Amino acid sequence: MRELQGFLREKADGDLISWQHQLAAAERFALSVAEVEAAILAADLMPARYQRNRGMLTTQQQARLFQSRVAVIGCGGLGGYVLEELARLGVGAIVAIDSDHFEEHNLNRQLLSSPGTLGQIKVVAAAQRIAEINPAVTVRSVQEYISRANGRDLLADTDCVVDAVDNVTTRLDLEALCSDLKIPLVHGAIAGWYGHVATVYPGEDTLRKIFRLWTGGKGIEQQLGNPSFTPAVIASMQVAEVCKVLLGVGAPLRNRQLTFNLLDMEVAEIPL
Amino acid sequence: MKVNVKLFATFRAGRFDIETRQYPDGTTVEQIIDELRLPREKLGIVMVNSRHVNLDREMCDGETLAIFPLVGGG
Repeated sequence: MRELQGFLREKADGDLISWQHQLAAAERFALSVAEVEAAILAADLMPARYQRNRGMLTTQQQARLFQSRVAVIGCGGLGGYVLEELARLGVGAIVAIDSDHFEEHNLNRQLLSSPGTLGQIKVVAAAQRIAEINPAVTVRSVQEYISRANGRDLLADTDCVVDAVDNVTTRLDLEALCSDLKIPLVHGAIAGWYGHVATVYPGEDTLRKIFRLWTGGKGIEQQLGNPSFTPAVIASMQVAEVCKVLLGVGAPLRNRQLTFNLLDMEVAEIPL
Repeated sequence: MKVNVKLFATFRAGRFDIETRQYPDGTTVEQIIDELRLPREKLGIVMVNSRHVNLDREMCDGETLAIFPLVGGG
C-alpha cells in the first residue's frame, strides 16, 4: 500500500492522477481500477477525469461520492440518463434494476438503446455503458422487477434510491420500501412535455401525497408518450438531488414537488 | 360565487390556462371537474389556495382551484 501511495505521488501532476497512470498502477500492483481510485482519493489526490468537478466538489466530497452506493430502479427513459450522469459524476457503486429488454419504441429517447442493442437486456446494456465511460464504477445488474419481496436484499447498504420506473404501483411500493429501510428516494416522472421531481426522506410519504387521487392505471403518458428531451431534463434534476443527498449539501426538494411544463416553459412548485 | 380555476399541462387543451368562473354557492371541486369534463382517472394534484383537497370539498367565493393531470411515466 505504501508502495502504491509512493507511485501515485510520483506520477501526480499537481494533485491530479491521469487515467493512464491509474491504469498503470492497477497493472503494477495487481489491483482493480476501482481499488486504485479509492487509493488515489484516500491520498487526497484526484483522478484527472474529475478535474472539472473540482470547482464545485472538494476531493473529500469526490471521495464521498466514490464510497456511495446508489440504486437506480428502471433503466429506460429516465434511468438511462440517470445511470450515465451518476457514473460520470463518480458515484462508486451503482445497482441497476430492470426486468425489461430494449424494443424499437425505446429508440426515440432511451439513452442506452440503439439499433444494435434491440432485444438486449436493459441492465446488461447499462453495465456495458458504465464500464465504457467510467471503469472505476462498480455495477451490480439485476434483471428483476423490484417488489416488497426482493427489495430488502436489492437495496441493502444503498445510500440513495432513484425512482425511474414507469408505473404508480411500483413507485408507491418503492416509497414504502425505502421508508422501511431508511433510505432517501429521489422520484421523477414524465409524460410528453411534462414532468416532475421530488425527494423523499424516510417517513415523509411524499409519493402517497402526489398520487393521493390515483385510482389505478397510467397517467397522461399513456396518450402523450415521451420525447427525447423530457427524460433528460427530469433525470438531470434527479441526479442533482442524488448528489446533494449523498453529500448533505444544498436544499433538496423535500416536501415539495417541482413540476415542469416544457411546452409553455413553466415551472410550478407544489407544497406537499 | 366566483372561483379562479387554474389548469395545468394537457388539461389546458381545448379549455383554458386560468379563468375566473361563476358557480352556485356550495359547488364542490368534483362538480367543477365534471363540468370541465376532466377525466377522473387522470387526476393528479388538486389544490384549493395551494392546499391539497378531496374532491368533495366545497368551494368558497374568491378561492383558487388548481388541477394537474397525473404524470407517471419513466
